[in-house]
Parts: sequence; C-alpha cells; structure tokens
Amino acid sequence: MAALYTLHSLLTAFLQFRPTSAVTLEAKKLEQKTPIAAFPLRRVEAMAESLAPPVLVRIMLLLLLLIAASPSTLESSSPSPAVRILSAERRVDLTSSIVKVYLTMKVENLGASYVSDILLAFSPTEAEHLAIIKASLTEGKRKKKKYTPLDVNPTELAGIPNGAKLFSISLISPLKTGETTVIEVLYVLTHSLEPFPTEIRQSESQLVYYHDSAILLSPYHVVEQIMYIKTPTNRVESFTKVDPTNRAGTELKYGHFHEQPPFNYIPITVHFENNNPFAVVEELVREVEISHWGSVQVTEHYKLKHAGARHKGVFSRLDYQARPSIHGASSFKQLLAKLPPRVHSVYYNDEIGNISTSHLRTDYQQSELEIEPRYPLFGGWKATFVIGYSVPLEVFLFKSPDGQHYLNFSFGCPLHETLVDQLTIRVILPEGAKNPSAAIPFDSDHFLEKTYSYLDVVGRSTVVIKKKNVVPDHNVPFQVYYNFSPAFMLAEPLMLVTVIFLFFCACIAYLHMDLSLSSSKA
Amino acid sequence: MASPPDLKSGATLRNAFGGVLALFIIFLIGVLAFSIRLFSVIKYESVIHEFDPYFNYRVTQFLTKNGIYEFWNWFDDRTWYPLGRVIGGTVYPGLTLTAGTMWWILNSLNIPLSVKTVCVFTAPIFSAAAAWATYLLTKEVRGTGAGLTAAILLAIVPSYMSRSVAGSYDNEAVAIFALIFTFFLYIKTLNTGSLFYATLNALSYFYMVCSWGGYTFIINLIPMHVLLCIVMGRYSSRLYIAYAPLVVFGTLLAALVPVVGFNAVMTSEHFASFLVFIIIHVVAFVSFIRGILSPKMFKVAITLVLTVGIAVCVGAIAILVALVASSPTKGWSGRSLSLLDPTYASKYIPIIASVSEHQPPTWPSYFMDINVLAFLVPAGIIACFLPLSDASSFVVLYLVTSVYFSGVMVRLMLVLAPAACIMSGIALSEAFDVLTQSVKLQLTKLLETPPNAGDTKDGSSTVQSDVVEEDNKMIDNKTEFVKERPSKKSRKKDKEIVEKTRSKSRNQKRLMILPLEASSVAILLIVVLISLYVIHCVWAAAEAYSAPSIVLTSRSQDGLHVFDDFREAYSWLRHNTEVDDKVASWWDYGYQTTAMANRTVIVDNNTWNNTHIATVGTAMSSPEKPAWEIFNSLDVKYVLVVFGGLVGYPSDDINKFLWMVRIGGGVFPHIKEPDYLRDGQYRIDAQATPTMLNSLMYKLSYYRFVETDGKGFDRVRKTEIGKKHFKLSHFEEVFTTHHWMVRIYKLKPPKNRMKEKLKKPKMTSKPLSGTRRDESAKRNPWQ
Repeated sequence: MAALYTLHSLLTAFLQFRPTSAVTLEAKKLEQKTPIAAFPLRRVEAMAESLAPPVLVRIMLLLLLLIAASPSTLESSSPSPAVRILSAERRVDLTSSIVKVYLTMKVENLGASYVSDILLAFSPTEAEHLAIIKASLTEGKRKKKKYTPLDVNPTELAGIPNGAKLFSISLISPLKTGETTVIEVLYVLTHSLEPFPTEIRQSESQLVYYHDSAILLSPYHVVEQIMYIKTPTNRVESFTKVDPTNRAGTELKYGHFHEQPPFNYIPITVHFENNNPFAVVEELVREVEISHWGSVQVTEHYKLKHAGARHKGVFSRLDYQARPSIHGASSFKQLLAKLPPRVHSVYYNDEIGNISTSHLRTDYQQSELEIEPRYPLFGGWKATFVIGYSVPLEVFLFKSPDGQHYLNFSFGCPLHETLVDQLTIRVILPEGAKNPSAAIPFDSDHFLEKTYSYLDVVGRSTVVIKKKNVVPDHNVPFQVYYNFSPAFMLAEPLMLVTVIFLFFCACIAYLHMDLSLSSSKA
Repeated sequence: MASPPDLKSGATLRNAFGGVLALFIIFLIGVLAFSIRLFSVIKYESVIHEFDPYFNYRVTQFLTKNGIYEFWNWFDDRTWYPLGRVIGGTVYPGLTLTAGTMWWILNSLNIPLSVKTVCVFTAPIFSAAAAWATYLLTKEVRGTGAGLTAAILLAIVPSYMSRSVAGSYDNEAVAIFALIFTFFLYIKTLNTGSLFYATLNALSYFYMVCSWGGYTFIINLIPMHVLLCIVMGRYSSRLYIAYAPLVVFGTLLAALVPVVGFNAVMTSEHFASFLVFIIIHVVAFVSFIRGILSPKMFKVAITLVLTVGIAVCVGAIAILVALVASSPTKGWSGRSLSLLDPTYASKYIPIIASVSEHQPPTWPSYFMDINVLAFLVPAGIIACFLPLSDASSFVVLYLVTSVYFSGVMVRLMLVLAPAACIMSGIALSEAFDVLTQSVKLQLTKLLETPPNAGDTKDGSSTVQSDVVEEDNKMIDNKTEFVKERPSKKSRKKDKEIVEKTRSKSRNQKRLMILPLEASSVAILLIVVLISLYVIHCVWAAAEAYSAPSIVLTSRSQDGLHVFDDFREAYSWLRHNTEVDDKVASWWDYGYQTTAMANRTVIVDNNTWNNTHIATVGTAMSSPEKPAWEIFNSLDVKYVLVVFGGLVGYPSDDINKFLWMVRIGGGVFPHIKEPDYLRDGQYRIDAQATPTMLNSLMYKLSYYRFVETDGKGFDRVRKTEIGKKHFKLSHFEEVFTTHHWMVRIYKLKPPKNRMKEKLKKPKMTSKPLSGTRRDESAKRNPWQ
C-alpha cells in the first residue's frame, strides 16, 4: 500500500514539475552524450530497489531521468558559476497547514569578480505557492549571532531550465573572491499540502501529501547539503526513500548529499497525518476608517473555508459531542484573532446577525479575540463572518516631520496561523484628505478610490491595497500618508447646523406668511 | 384680577406656552414610543424577529437591490417549489415600499445604513407616528388633553408593542399608524367638511390598503358610522364630503394595489361601502329635493320615489345576491368568514386554525395586552356620550366592533388597542379635568376666604363667573384679532373659538365641585392606576415581547445560556449546500429558510396552496419510504426538522405534528388522524401507535436520540420515547445543531435505495409494517 502511495506521489510530483516539451526532446538527444546523467541514474536505481513492481519503475525511472537530466544540459548557461554553496541545510516545517522552510546556506565566491547577488531557485509550482521569502545575513557565532535583513527580489535570467523561477538576494557588501558568508532564508509555501484521500468521513483523520526535492534546487554547485522534514505526528504513511534517508519520530532526514550539480532535482513525496486546522480565508476585506474625531474603525469581512480533505457523508452531532478528538479530528471550531491593544467596541457577526460564541481578552500588549464560527468546520465547509472593532486614534496615527499624517497599521490577517488567498485593505481617509500614498514593505497592487459615508459631499479618498497569498508573516506595519487640515472636521457638523437653522427659518417664515389665494375681506 | 391689556397678553402668553408645552409633550411621547421598543435591541441584538418579518426583510432587500419595477414583476422561484410565487402581485407592498424609501433617502444623503438596520427600526418609528396620529384623532374627538393622554397610552400599550418592537418588521407596525391616521382624517373631514382632508383621507386609506389586509376593517367601519349618522338623523353635507370621496377615490386607489386589484369591487368585504354610498346619495338627494320643494309637493314626490325606489332596490339586491351566491365562499375570503363565524376556520380550514394567533383570546390575554385600559374603557364610553357628537359616536362604534373582532382572533387585539387607548384617554382626561378643577376651585376658595365659612358658595360662584367672563373677554379679543387678519390661520382660530365656546359651555354645565379630600384622593388613585399601567407596559416591553424568537436564552445558576441553533442551521445550509438545493420543512420555517439560508423551500408561511402544504404534511406523517418518494418527486435534497426534546424547547415539530397529520389528511385521505392517537391521546412514548412511531417526523426527530442519555428522555413531553433504537434507510443525518434544536437530513441517492430493496426481505421481521408501507405507497398521489 505504502509503495502504491509513493508511486502515486511520484507521478503527481512529475506532473507538477512539468518540463516543457522542447526541453524534453533536447534532453532525450543529449542523454546519450552527457556523462552527468549517470549520477542521478544511480540514485534512481537505488530508489527503485525499494519499489516493488519493476515495469512501473522503469517508466518512472525514464521520466525521472528526463527531469534530472534536463537541467544538467543547460549548466553552461547558468548564472555566475563562480559561486558555490559550501553547505546547505533545509528544515521543512510541516506541522501546520502552512509550509515553512528554513534554509541556511554558506556561500563562497570562487570567481575573480565581486558577487553582490545570490540567487535562489524555485520550481514553478513552488513559486506559485510561495507567499513570502525573507533572507538575512548571519554574522557571529552562537549567542552573538547577528541577523541583518536582506532584500529579496524576483529576477529573470535567460536559459533557466524547466521554467524555474529565480529570486536574487542582494548582499549588503559584495562578496570578494574566496570569501564566504552565511545566509539564512525563510520562505513560506501555501496550498502545498495536498489532502489524500480527498474525501474523508467524520471520524477519519486527514492525510496529506507534501512534494519537494530531496536536494536543493539551486543555480549553484552545492558541495554538501541536508534536509530535515518535521511532521506534526508520528504517523507517516509513506515517504520517498533516497539513499541516505532517516526517520526518527516526527523528523525525516534526507542527506547528507555531496557535490550536487546546479539545478539538480530529486522529487520526494511525504504522505503523513496532519489534523491541524486547514483554515483558509478565501477572501478578506479589511476596511480601516480613520476619523480625526478620535478613533480608527476596522471592519473585516471574512470568507473562511476548511481547505483540507472534504467531509463526506454523515455529520453526527452526537459523536462529535461525545468524542470530538476522534469524531472530528480534522475539524476546527475556534480561531484566535490577535487584535491591537486598547481595542474597544468589538463585534463579531455575519449576515444574519450576531454570533454569540466569542471571548475577548485585552491587556496592554495585545487583545485576543477567540471566535467560534456558528458550526464546527469540517473539510470543504465554509463560513462567512465580520469582525469589527475600534481603536484609539493616537495609537495608530502619527505626524511625519514634513507635516503629513500617517497611519501605521498592521498588514495581513489577525487570525492566528491562517492564510488568506485574497486580501484587500481599504484605508478610508477622512473627507478632505489630500495626496494619499501608501508605503507597503512588499509588492502589492494599490490604487485610489472614493468612498461615500455619513453625509459626505466630495467623498473620502480611499487607498485600496490588494495582495494574494498572505500568511501570518505578512503581519508587519504598513503606512498610509496623507495631508489633512483639521478645518474639514467641522464641515459636516456645520452642514447639519445650517440645515436645521434653515428648517427653523422656513418654519418661522411659513407661520408668518399668508398663502391663501383669496382673502375673506374681499 | 389684572387689567384687561395685562390679561390679554397673559392669556396669549399662556396659550402660547400651552401650545409649546403640548408640542414638547407630543415630541416626548414620540421619543417614548420609539425608545420603549428598543429593549429587544439592547437585550438581544439588532436583528429581524420571528417568521413573517423575515419575508418582509427579504422582499425589502430585493426592492432595494433591483428597484421598484423589478419588484412588481418579481416571480420568486425560491419558494413553493416547483410552483413559485408571484411576490409582486401577492404581497401588501406598503411596509416594503416604506422601508425601501427610507433606505433610499438615507443612502442618497450618504448615510450608509444597511437595509437590515432600516427594517429593524421601521416599526418603532411608525409607533411614534401612530402615537401622534392617536393624539390628532383624540384631539378631534375630545380636545388636546384627551389627545395627549390617549397618545401616551398608545405609545406604550403592550398589545401594539407586541407587533412593533424593534426588529418586528411586520405589516401591522405600519398599518396601525395608517389605520389611526385614516380615522383621524375621516373625523377631521367630518368636523370641517373640507374636501382637502377628504382627499388626504382617500390617500391615507390607499396607504392602509397597501400595508395590510386589515384595511377591510376601515372600509366597513366608516360606512357603518355613516349609516349610523344617517339613521340618527345627523346627515349633513360634511358627512357627505367625508364619505363619498373616500369611497370613490379610495376604491380606485385600492384597485391600483396589485394584491387587491379587482377585489376592491368584487368581494363582499367591500359591498357594504357601496351600499352605504347609494344610501347616502339617496339621502342627499332627498334632502336636496326637500330644500327646493314645498312640504306638500315633497310628500307627493316621496311616495312616487318610494314606489319606484323599492322596485329598483329589490332588483338590485336580487342581482347582488345572485352574484354573491355564485362565488364559492359567498364572496368572502376564508379569514373574513372566520371573523364572522368564529367556528368556521376550525371546521373547514385547519391551516387557518393551526396558527396560534388566529385562536380566540383568553381573558388573561386581554389583561396582558391592554391591562388597566380594560377598566377605563367603559368610563370612556360614558364620557363619549356627554355630549354625543359625530366624532365620539365614531369612536364608540370603533371600540365596539374592535372588541368583537378581538374576541374572535388574538391577532386583532391589535385593532382594539388604539380604540381602548382613545377611550381610556378620554376617560382619564375627563376625570382629571373634573378633579383638578375642583381642587383648583377649592384651593382658591381656601386661600381667598379662609375664615368665612358661610361665603363658600358665593365665592365659588363668583370665581366661576369670573372665569366665564374671562373666557368671554378672550373671545372678544380673538374675534377682533380675527377681523384684523383674515387668512387660513384665522380659520384655524375660528375653530379654536368654537372649541373654546364649547369647552366653556361644558365648564358651565359641569359645575359639580367635588370635595377637596375626595378629589385629591381620586387623583392619587388615578396616578397609582396609571403607574401600574406603566410598570406593566415596561415589563411587557422588556420581558414578554422583546425576544426575537430566533435566538433563545435561558437563565440558570451558571449564567445566561444562548440557544442560537436556528441561525446555526440556516447558516450551515447557506454555506455548505448547493445554491439550488431544495429544503423541505414544515411551513413555519419557510420564510426563515429562504431569507437566512437562501435556499429553495417547498412551502412557506404564506399558506396560499393548501394542497402543497398537505403534501409536505403527508410526507412528514408517512413512513420513510413513501416520504422519501414524495420528497424525491419534489426534488427535495434536505429535510429540516425542529426538535426541542433535548433542551426542552416546546414549539418544535413533534408538538406541531398533529396539525401536519390533519392538514395532510384533509387532502390525502390515507392519512388518518386516529392512526396517530392512542385512545384519543397524542403520545410519543411506548404507548404510541406504530403509525406514529414509524412516521418520518418521529424518526427524524428522535434518530440516535437515545444515545444522548441512554434512556431517550424527551424534556418537552416529559417522557421516555417509544421507539429508541432504529436506523434510517432513506435519509442520512448531515447536520445537527449544537443543542439539537434543528436537525437536517439528506435524502439518500436512489442507488442506495435499490440495495436497500434487495436487503429488505432479509432484514425486516415485521411483515405488518411492510404491507402498510406498500399500501400507503400505492396511494401516494405523487407517484
């Protein structure tokens, strides 16, 4: 059974990392001539011993050959061959629904020229699911370690095999010849755990696949590398065995691998149990409305979904209430939202009214809102709700030295460990605000709109920010700058006063006027 | 006494102050009426209540989203599947249009209130308006004082409050205002003879027709009053102006409302108005003839006209009777018939009888709903007869008819409430008038001549004459003033003078001065009585009528328990079923399912098709397999039942089940009520009949219930259930809410049924139930 799963996973892995047909043809031609192809072949053979049905293995082998062979053919065109990675260590954290990978690389410059950019490569599937990459330079050792954040930007280079996507890390000071440096990279992948079986019953626990490469996909030669995979429980149904593979408890170890050429790739698949909440906010709209009368009002519209294996058949409340850990292991019923400190007027409702199952705890550091959707969410079930709250203005609105006001607010979703597919933030500035501009620490779409709210005449400038694939690591502050003169605050009260005044005037005038057509004197 | 100019300015000042004070009080009454209805928002939340309001809310949402023309043409395919319902033509649009307009105005002022918020607060706003309308009406009948008292009584009367708390977004909330306002305009026209008010009256009547089916009450009560006036010899041109335009314009306008249409001239509810219309013309004609002929000629003419007239009348009546008799219900709708004959519904239409608000009320419900007003009403009637005017006779007639109707249906207590408030307002204000006046006179007497005991009588008479003189002087001043400024306002003042003189004459007539002690004690007692009323009303607003009924709460030692199961279930349906899935449930939950879950239902609270409801009733009363077949033939995918047995929620489907049996049996005779009763008793324990225990409703309600406590103890029926361990063959449980109050089952696909059929002979040990199943399946009309 396990073998079959593995086979399946290999196939899916192959399908995911789909080489273009042109490259495949080329690879076929080159296969005979290039001696490099022999290296992956050996590995695949070793792996094949662990797989039972030989015919299938042959096919797989062929396919894998193609994949493995194709990058090597284009080695000559890969960028900066003068850089090599002395050691790479990857730690893949699969304990939640979001995959976190910590990569530590020791990079050496062999070439004559300075190197100021280090490249990272991702397979197209990975790149698609990549939510965030952070890189930092590590200096010092052990306790005195110092982290300096580095810029990471996507780049394009000609002649990258199989549509791999590159990201370049800009070093602060260029790497001189023969120098080494240690770079730590954290990247987060979303939707990378694929539930299998795709439909489960209430009492079954959820099994997922994780696909990756046993060796680091890199444009550089890698001297030594190792990969650790951490699973949430001991239950691992199957995993691809590559020569040095170790499993101990919740940890899988691939490696050490030595002397890997650039763009080498060995697909692996891990099939394991993961009952963590697969809470995905399909769409989140956050409205931040600034009122210079003293508060910032936040309204967040959620479309929540359990993105794990679909629930099928009966949902028995009886079983669920009796033993929720067994009958409902894969479901979740509550979420934790971390709200800013000094939050007040919190509400939690949906289109049909208030949802009474929530708790709010506030302290100086932060507020925690524990919310339960109306019903526990099983795989594929959805729920929508709205969370709203107010915070005092002075905590979030500041004045920059050049006289502009700016809002400093947290990006991302306040829900704990939850990923957002499509995030829209609408910052509604007060009426009369001018020159709005947004400063967001990562790339996202933003544009301006007009919103009409209470008694507005000219409308409020609204900065709309859109971003896909948002993970908790995106919860960093962003700023919206604008000019505002306090005189505009009085516009609406004065308008009301005028209207009421005119109304009374009209009443007085009416009472003192004689509007009848004929007078009774005549 | 002060000098004349001083007196004049003092009096006008006092009048002006009185006017401002009255205006301020009226404003406060509006605020009171609005805010006492907010208990539901404060104690619970800003949410639409109960059943019908959800439909109105959904219609309003549609209106605000798609505009008025789409609304008139709206064919709703989310309900009464597969028949659908033409909403635009079958709904009273007044409430919806009102809230829609309010929403539109607010939004065009850029006040972004949601449709829900507007709907929730529509009822309180119109209660304030109703209180003001009551003030106007009572003022027309019996002066400002009575008007204020009646308005304040109406603002907090529990009966009206029960239908107009915030969130109770129902037709009645708006209709009661329209009803009172129409009556006010009628009385106003009657008092002034102004065609302007007559036109307004017709428009107000139109609004009432738009709002509520209860408009027939107006169109029968006003003709009755007109007839009464004619019979009492009080015919005047004012009466004619008050009535004739109302009938003509009112009927024309009423026919514009799609739901009424030609009913405005074709159903018996409206015939009385036409008959009286003819009579008033005859009377007008006769009085006109009398004016131009000499008495002798008039006699001749009368005999001539009478002979011809009687012949014509007989002919007309014969045609009318023939017309009426040709229609099946004698031209009366079922609900109207059950008003005329209280036993009609329970005999013929179980669906009307099954609604609790169509039952006759009990005595406690009178006390609950109008409280001390019930005791004040007789006093008000007496006050109305001293002296009897056109207006006061109308109010008396209104009271008497509404007392009758409220005795037939609990729901119509709502119509009684304004009448009771007006009567009590009149009674209280008269009582206060008498009592405070005597206190005032006695006090002035005491202060002016404390030692002289013998002069008392003299003193009182001088004071009295002083007052009269004052009044006369004031009137003189006024008339002068009027001559100076002839205008619309002068007309108003003329009227004031008329009132003044009237009140003066009343003052003179009522020289009965009660002793100081007696009157102060009486005032005290009245104040106590009113405070009892106020306390009761506040309690009713806060406790009895504020629950939204979709979310329930209960208090226990460990705090407040919230039962939000209905919304849990509806929300689940909304998010986790396909958008076109059909949900079957008993009709009570139809409106809520379409509004909150946005899913298609088979039947809903608009019980227009008895057969369809009977079909669902039959399915619920049938064993699993025929029920499955009925539901499958209706494309039903989910069946929703409400079950209160776990937490003790009494109005669940098991308690309503007998009505399902009755209504189902009324159309499909193979469902027989006695099959579900053991010796005439409805029970679900071990003594229950096998038909009962095998019915779908029983099974869906109690499926796996026994596993909760091991015994299957039903907390509503206070008994252990009869059949404890059973499996479902054609349905599977897909969702049950937290407190088990709503259970949703899915119809198993037909494929499984085939397997089931193959297995069946091996598994079933009881041949009896098998044969019955086959039998009922054969008779099932949906095959």
